[in-house]
Amino acid sequence: MIKTKFDYNKYLRQNTLPHIWCPGCGDGIILKSLIRAIDKLQIKKDDIVIASGIGCASRLPGYVDFNTIHTTHGRALTFAIGIKMFKPRLKVITISGDGDALAIGGNHFIHAARRNIDITLIVFNNYTYGMTGGQYSPTQPIGSYATTTPYGNIEPPFDVCDLAKAAGATWVARSTSYHALQLDKLIEAAITHQGFSVLDVITNCHISYGRRNKMKSPVEMITYQKEKGIPVRSAENLKPEELTGRFKTGLIYQKNDAPEFCAEYQKKLELLKTK
Amino acid sequence: MSGKTEIRFAGSGGQGLILAGIILADAAAIYDNKNAVQTQSYGPEARGGSSKSEVVISDAPIEYPKATKIDYMVVLTQESFSKYIFDLRDNGVVIADKELITDFSNAKGKLYMLDMVKSAREELGKLLGLNIIALGALVEISNVVSKETILKALLKRVPKGFEDYNKKALEIGFRLAKEVKNN
Amino acid sequence: MANNIKLMQGNEAIAEGAVIAGCNFFAGYPITPSSEISEYLSVKLPKTGGVFLQMEDEIAALGAVLGASLGGAKAITATSGPGMSLKQEHIGYASMCEIPCVIVNVMRGGPSTGLPTLPSQSDVMQVKWGVHGDHAIIAITPSSVNESLYETVRAFNLSIKYRTPVIILTDEIIGHMREKVIIMEKDSIEILEIKLPSVPPEEYKPYNYLSGKVTPLAPMGEGYRYHVTGLIHGDTGFPSQKTEVIQNAQNWLIDKIYKNVADIEKFEEFQTGDAELLLVAYGSTSRSSRQAVMMARAAGIKAGLFRPITIWPFPEKQIKNLAKRAKIILVPEMNMGQIIFEVQRCACNSAVHGLNIVNGEPITPDQIYDKIKEITK
Repeated sequence: MIKTKFDYNKYLRQNTLPHIWCPGCGDGIILKSLIRAIDKLQIKKDDIVIASGIGCASRLPGYVDFNTIHTTHGRALTFAIGIKMFKPRLKVITISGDGDALAIGGNHFIHAARRNIDITLIVFNNYTYGMTGGQYSPTQPIGSYATTTPYGNIEPPFDVCDLAKAAGATWVARSTSYHALQLDKLIEAAITHQGFSVLDVITNCHISYGRRNKMKSPVEMITYQKEKGIPVRSAENLKPEELTGRFKTGLIYQKNDAPEFCAEYQKKLELLKTK
Repeated sequence: MSGKTEIRFAGSGGQGLILAGIILADAAAIYDNKNAVQTQSYGPEARGGSSKSEVVISDAPIEYPKATKIDYMVVLTQESFSKYIFDLRDNGVVIADKELITDFSNAKGKLYMLDMVKSAREELGKLLGLNIIALGALVEISNVVSKETILKALLKRVPKGFEDYNKKALEIGFRLAKEVKNN
Repeated sequence: MANNIKLMQGNEAIAEGAVIAGCNFFAGYPITPSSEISEYLSVKLPKTGGVFLQMEDEIAALGAVLGASLGGAKAITATSGPGMSLKQEHIGYASMCEIPCVIVNVMRGGPSTGLPTLPSQSDVMQVKWGVHGDHAIIAITPSSVNESLYETVRAFNLSIKYRTPVIILTDEIIGHMREKVIIMEKDSIEILEIKLPSVPPEEYKPYNYLSGKVTPLAPMGEGYRYHVTGLIHGDTGFPSQKTEVIQNAQNWLIDKIYKNVADIEKFEEFQTGDAELLLVAYGSTSRSSRQAVMMARAAGIKAGLFRPITIWPFPEKQIKNLAKRAKIILVPEMNMGQIIFEVQRCACNSAVHGLNIVNGEPITPDQIYDKIKEITK
């Protein structure tokens, strides 16, 4: 529970508001959660870089008072890697949508994970390309509808967390725009983790996704998140068929002793100095 | 183009002919303070295929960097012999390996046949260093740089611990060339 | 002195030039015939605390370079044709967001995979027009190994001064040939450093389209928090769709380069004083052209060579002047005719001929001389 009124304004760029997100969009919930997590961690604004790609979620950096880079479609991680390697003292957070991170940016996603570089990637996963009008995305469930799957989607979706873990990410979790309090803690943990951390956040786009899939209102979509999300521990006791159509929430994978890319690079530099 | 000499090392990728060209260019440009340009041409494969390494040495500045009228050509494969001999000057010199080149149907210029592969096998125990033998032979026959200069340039580029091996290879080249020159 | 004279490959000289310029970040992807640049920097940069990265693809390589540059790095990437095609997206981003960077394109034959190990000069127009949307670009075409080194230093300076991507457009011949390089003392060369803005953070605006002066880019993480976006943006860096902002931004991207041509241009003239036949050639082809000019002069033809070193912006003024006397112009290029269009545009009262040979071999002085004889008959 948030007991005292939190002052978001000290992190928001007033001159760039109102934001472009539709009323009822889940992205604002994640934005506020991100701000609370950063505030809790007491990281200096000057030391935070937020890089994003293209899409609704990727507009987030414009609204927050950090070093912010709204890059090209799918490539936010490449910019993030560049600045992180050059100035490892900076905290680098990358914001991507599901199409941005996993379709056009899929290659950068797996390679950032493979390197285990100390960057946090938050995927705003709404199963759709909202900004371009609701085309099907690489996380959209089979059988659902989009402007480009008028007869139903037949492509199996990526599981963001499975993919991240398989590719080498050392901190992987999932939450939703419904589970806002859990989200605060997970974002905090993701940023604190030394290594590549991926947080898959299921968020609601009732305009581009919900309307075509029997969830016309934000309430219906939030209810979907509440009902379909299942904590990792509870999921362990269920049979695979009982998990159909559901997704695990919470910390899914964590490995603390894996070499981190920036640190390994610095070690090489130190070795060269002594030679 | 006063005092211009064009040299080509021709063979297959992996024989070290590009390095031979670099050492020669280094000797001429840095140690003898002449103008020298080294270029190379090879196919997409990292090993095998025809490859050539050319060095143009001149007192005047060198504009066009590649060889056009070859004065000296060192050849280490039949394929490259047949393929690259066309632009040898009529009075140009070819230094070829006795074992590797057997078809002389399009030969021109003055031909020296040297037992480079055989000597590498017998005296060095392996073919590594064949390029340096060829370089030694070229220097002995052409006098385009002095023996002292080529040795200096060679030792600069040789990995530590392989100085004597390479020096020996170079001297084999000098000797083989001297033998045929005197014949 | 002798220690400062080295036999180097063109690609190595570019890498050494980058080191001299204070480059501290490289990201690239392996591609022939440019790989020597990355190999050289993979040895050198870590020794001075710099960053060397081999990325997952060409696009990522320039993305990392731009990220580092926003952090205050002097950053470079190197590639060849197919990689250059992939990099266009981020060259456009660098232009739009005014992020300094140096991009080397060691030209090989194309299109597509083309000729990985053989030369061409067929990316000259791609460099100018490959990015979608209007923008201006600076591109430099060195014609020797020594020039490759010094022009790389100049490329870094220009990229910082004008906050723009600068392209070193070399070719496989210059990139792979070895010749003498004279390495000067570092303090005898002008090297621009990256500095913090002179104004405090609260007054800093990352863009200014109206002052006529280039705003320095504040390195991120030093107290100057601002926003960067590839959307059209105003002076604060935030997106804008106001008509005047859009037009000002579009004008600025062109004007900041074209109004400073006198500072950016660089060229060499050889025997142009009384030239009635003018050769316009760049990169490796200019070497053959120079030799052809000597051959023509020996035969009594008043030939001269104009060699752009900065090829973009194109040296319009110089060509216009030279064309007053030279009524016959020859443009030898290792492509099917690209820079000839620029020359024709600037010399509309002269007969402009092309010599276009793209067969994997450099154009020879004899081929150019033969063409000179043909067109001066």
